[in-house]
Amino acid sequence: MKYLLLKHYRGGPEPVIGYQPLDQWAPDRVDAHIRYMRDFADRLVGTGEFVEEKALSPEGTFVRFDGEGRPPVTDGPFAETKDLVAGWMIIDVESYERALELAAELSAAPGPDGEPIHEWLELRPFLTGFPSVGE
Amino acid sequence: MDTSLIRELVPAVIGVLVRRGADFASAEDAVQEALVRAYETWPHDPPRDPKAWLIAAAWRKFLDAVRAESARRGRELTVDAEPPDGPVPDADDTLRLYFLCAHPTLSQPAAVALTLRAVGGLTTRQIATAHLVPEATMAQRISRAKRTLSGVPLDAPGDLATVLRVLYLVFNEGYGGDVDLAAEAIRLARQLDALSDEPEAAGLLALMLLHHARRASRTGAGGRLVPLAEQDRSLWDTAMIAEGVTVLQTALARDRLGDYQAQAAIAALHADARTAAETDWVQIVEWYDELLAITASPVVRLNRAVAVGEADGAQAGLTALADVDPGLPRYAAARAYLLERAGDLDGAATGYAEAARVATSLAERDHLTRESARLRQAARR
Repeated sequence: MKYLLLKHYRGGPEPVIGYQPLDQWAPDRVDAHIRYMRDFADRLVGTGEFVEEKALSPEGTFVRFDGEGRPPVTDGPFAETKDLVAGWMIIDVESYERALELAAELSAAPGPDGEPIHEWLELRPFLTGFPSVGE
Repeated sequence: MDTSLIRELVPAVIGVLVRRGADFASAEDAVQEALVRAYETWPHDPPRDPKAWLIAAAWRKFLDAVRAESARRGRELTVDAEPPDGPVPDADDTLRLYFLCAHPTLSQPAAVALTLRAVGGLTTRQIATAHLVPEATMAQRISRAKRTLSGVPLDAPGDLATVLRVLYLVFNEGYGGDVDLAAEAIRLARQLDALSDEPEAAGLLALMLLHHARRASRTGAGGRLVPLAEQDRSLWDTAMIAEGVTVLQTALARDRLGDYQAQAAIAALHADARTAAETDWVQIVEWYDELLAITASPVVRLNRAVAVGEADGAQAGLTALADVDPGLPRYAAARAYLLERAGDLDGAATGYAEAARVATSLAERDHLTRESARLRQAARR
C-alpha cells in the first residue's frame, strides 16, 4: 500500500510547539533537522519501504485556461495562503498502522531546541489503479 | 526469447546450489546474477542444456562471492570449489522454495517480492517496476526478507495457506511494467498445483483462471470499469474457463472444501451464464453460505447480501445487508446498488456518491461517480 506523507509549511492542526522557520534556527540545529530527514529516507530504502521524496518551492502560481487563443490567466503567489505544502515522501508499506508509525517517526525530527518537533504530517493513501477482482 | 522457460528453472537451480552446501541467501543471489547473464547471452548464444548452463553459471557466481568474502575477512571460508561428482541430484526443491519464500515470519510485501524473485525467476528490476518502487528499495526488501529467513532450513515444514495468499496477492496486483503479474501468478499456481496434493492449491488455480478468462471484458473504453452484468461475454476466454471448471471439479471431487474452491465455484457459476439474466443466483447464495461457514469473513457477508438481492429481490438483499459491518470499503457501493434495485433512486444516487468518496481504486471511484451522476440525471427528467 502506498501512502503520501505531506509536509506543510502552514495549514493543518495547531502546532504542538510554536517554532520559527528553519532560517531562524541555530545552524547546527538546522543541520541536525535536515540530517534526520535524510537518514529517515535512507533507513526506509533499507527497509524496502521508500518510494520517493520531493520538496516544493514555496513560491506557487495559480493558472487557468482563459479561452481559445488567449494566454493563460495567472494569479498569486499568495503570501497568506492558509495551506502551503512544503514537500512529500511516498512510502510503500504493509499496513496503515505501519504508515502511522513511520509518519510519527518523521514527525520526531529535532526542532530548534534539539528536541522532537512534533510537527503535524498529513498521511493520505493512494488510490490503486484498478480494484482487485471478486464478485 | 521465451523467458518463462528460463524462469521455470530458477527455483530448481537454487535448490541444487543449496544441496551443494550454499546457504539459501547466497544461492539465491548467485542464481539471480546468472539469470541476468542468461538474458544477455542466450538470445544470440543459446545453450544446449539450459539447466546445466544455469547451474554452472550460478555455481561460479557463488564461488566468486565466497572468494570475495574470504578476501574481505582475510581468511579462508570452507567451501569445496568443485561440485560433487556425478549427476545433478534429481530432487526438485521447487515446492520447498514456495514454502520458504512465503514463510509466515515475512511481511506480505516481503513474501511477494521474494516469491517473485526466487520462485518466479523475475529480476529485481522487473519486480520493482511492477510495484512502482525504486530498484534499490526492492533490492533491500528482498535482502531483508532473506536475512529474516537466515537459519530457516529449506526443508522446514511450510504453510500452504500463506503460499496461496501470497500468490493471490500477486494475481491481484495485475499488470505492472513489462510483467503481467496476473499471468505470472497463474503460472506459479499451476506449478504449485502440480507439485502439491492439496485441493485448495487447485481451488486457487481455478479461481485465478476463471477470473483471468474474463479480464478483457472487465474494462471498456478509456480503461473504464465494466460491471459484470454489462460485460461483453463474447470476449470471455472460453478455453480458459473450461480449464478452470475442470480443475475445480477435480478438486471438489476430493471432498475437502476450502475457501478458494468455494470462491472458484462462485466464479464458475458466473462464467457459466451465457447472459447476466441466466446467472444462477440461488446457487451462488448457497456457495456464499458455504464460504461463510468456512471463513466467517465480513467481505463474504457483504458479497452474499448482494447475491441475495439478485436471488430473492432487493429488499431481501437490504435485509441481509443489515448484518454487515458498514465500515467495509465496499459497503456503501453494495447498499447503493441494492437501493437502486429497490426503486429508491435518490437514496441510491447519494449512496453511490458516498461510495465514490471511500473507493480505494481510481477505476471504482470513476465508475461509482458515473452511477451517481446517471441516477441524478434520471431523477431530473
